[in-house]
Amino acid sequence: MATVRKTPANVIAYLQAFPMAAIFFIFFILPICMVVVVSFFDYQTYDILIPDFVFFNYVDVFSSETTYRTYWATVRFCVITWAITLVLGFTIAHFLAFYLKTVPTQLVCFLICTIPFWTSNVIRMISWIPFLGRNGLINQALMSLGIVDAPQEWLLYSEFAVMLGYVHLYTLFMIVPIFNSMARIDKSLIEAAKDQGASSLQILTNVVIPLTKPGIAIGSIFVLAIVMGDFVTVSVLGGGQIPSIGKSIQTELSYLQFPPAAANAVVLLGITILMIVALIRIVDIRKEL
Amino acid sequence: MTAQAEPLELVKLTKRYGDTVAVDAIDLRVPAGTYCCLLGPSGCGKSSTLRMIAGHETVSDGDLVLGAHNISDIPPAKRKTSMMFQNYALFPHLSSRDNVAFSLKMRGIDAPTRYERADAALALVQMEGFAKRRPNQLSGGQQQRIALARALVTEPSILLLDEPLSALDPFLRIRMRAELKRLQQDLGITFIHVTHSQEEAMALSDLVVVMNDGRIEQAGTAREVFSRPRTPFVARFIGGHNVVDGRVDRIENGLIHFAVPTGRAAARAPDAALSTGDPVSIAVRADQITLAQGNQAANDNANSLSGKISSIQYQGSFVEVRVDAGQAEPILVTVPDSRFDAAPVAEGEDATLTWPIEDGHLLASASA
Repeated sequence: MATVRKTPANVIAYLQAFPMAAIFFIFFILPICMVVVVSFFDYQTYDILIPDFVFFNYVDVFSSETTYRTYWATVRFCVITWAITLVLGFTIAHFLAFYLKTVPTQLVCFLICTIPFWTSNVIRMISWIPFLGRNGLINQALMSLGIVDAPQEWLLYSEFAVMLGYVHLYTLFMIVPIFNSMARIDKSLIEAAKDQGASSLQILTNVVIPLTKPGIAIGSIFVLAIVMGDFVTVSVLGGGQIPSIGKSIQTELSYLQFPPAAANAVVLLGITILMIVALIRIVDIRKEL
Repeated sequence: MTAQAEPLELVKLTKRYGDTVAVDAIDLRVPAGTYCCLLGPSGCGKSSTLRMIAGHETVSDGDLVLGAHNISDIPPAKRKTSMMFQNYALFPHLSSRDNVAFSLKMRGIDAPTRYERADAALALVQMEGFAKRRPNQLSGGQQQRIALARALVTEPSILLLDEPLSALDPFLRIRMRAELKRLQQDLGITFIHVTHSQEEAMALSDLVVVMNDGRIEQAGTAREVFSRPRTPFVARFIGGHNVVDGRVDRIENGLIHFAVPTGRAAARAPDAALSTGDPVSIAVRADQITLAQGNQAANDNANSLSGKISSIQYQGSFVEVRVDAGQAEPILVTVPDSRFDAAPVAEGEDATLTWPIEDGHLLASASA
């Protein structure tokens, strides 16, 4: 007679967690480990990966002045983009959550915000080119109106264009988590604050912003992580003039210099993680999750 | 920390939402230092009335006068009213002390002063020991005390309470009820308390305002409302009453005699303009009706109904007997258990109901 064996509860729990853990391990942990390993490899012109344990890839990264300039440029972009998307995202989310009275209008407006995301990233970036270019719509309009008499060069292939691209692409990543936090704020809290004599500004600073902090933190992580690693927007809208870490890694890869690219990527990862850790120290996100 | 109590007057106060009238031109005077309950079923306009007094709802028409000032159009915080919300609406990111001190912070009062006053308000509701806790670390009853302290710290002359006890368990509800009453008496300010529980209103109020369909059906002391309900709605809503409907048969010596489906009834009506055939309703308290076995049509009594006993429920010190007597609802009779045991009856038996003339109260028709 066969005995019915009972599977212990914790085994079932591990089994249930296994698929996600496996995907994480194979597609996330393993590649990162490989990047870390490769970053210590040696390389030569015709032998692109020589297993070794050398530090000169890192020494190169930290001893080159270009690295510091590139990191500075990237961090600067990152901070400016973060500030603009934060202000925009917060304002839009605030409008959606507090000024639209009914859930259907909130949903419709929310969907309108996502319309740009119905097409791919690259198409959205490229579509800026005929708009901003030398003979683009804006320049034509400005000239025919007589506001300027020569095409404005700073519109495209400039820091401005890259920033515009970032703001356009990533504001939604701020809107969504902030809106989510705001939608959870009980409306009676706003009323209670009014009853207690708070002005609109005081309600914003004393009630809405503190209660929206987790959403702000999550949105910030999205924007910071994406902009830190970006190389597509910089290439398409920066016209090769704008330095960025993502782009320099891509350049190294295109020259098949894998170990230095890996070292650069590890440093970038480290810096991004530091930024996120700093954010999490300021705001406790666990409440939101 | 008591403010000067002032009388509040509602003058033809109206609230419209589009085409629907939530509050229909109500007039009410709440004397200073009154515990007033707005009582009614959901959707009767009691909450809209409270929110208009608080300033969280605009007044469509009419006026709110507090003391010597018309407060209809001034912002909530300047009205000398303070509201305690149904779900307490405590700020989840602030400690109890900071919640209580919130209004003082908004007014720019420095930290030592506002914490001193917040601690005094916390002491008032016996929550000194919980000053550092966040709302999610407190039980429902404790959160309510914090909300109460927060509403009182502004020293309002009227405290508005929106169904303050509905989220508590029955045991705590009765305890908090006693405490609200004590607090109101100690502070000497007006409390306006919205509730749908007539039991709560009876226990607390100096002034009960029964509302229905955006109108005030009756306003008076708990005793007045219970002993002399003015309309059939009040009689039914307040509980413990029976409404007996019939048509006027004859009027003699200030007594209206009327025919009801299974008997007859009479009520004193000194100045009622009624003529033969008009519909009339009277209210009779369930504990003032005498139940007799059998269908004995007591000829000596002006009030007599006969019917069949439809249910008997033992309630401890009394027994609830319901009798089908051809009325819209079965007539409820509460019989003290000793009297019931002396002459027990059973479901399905015939019964005759009688009561003294002075215990039947003529009701105004519902629309009046």
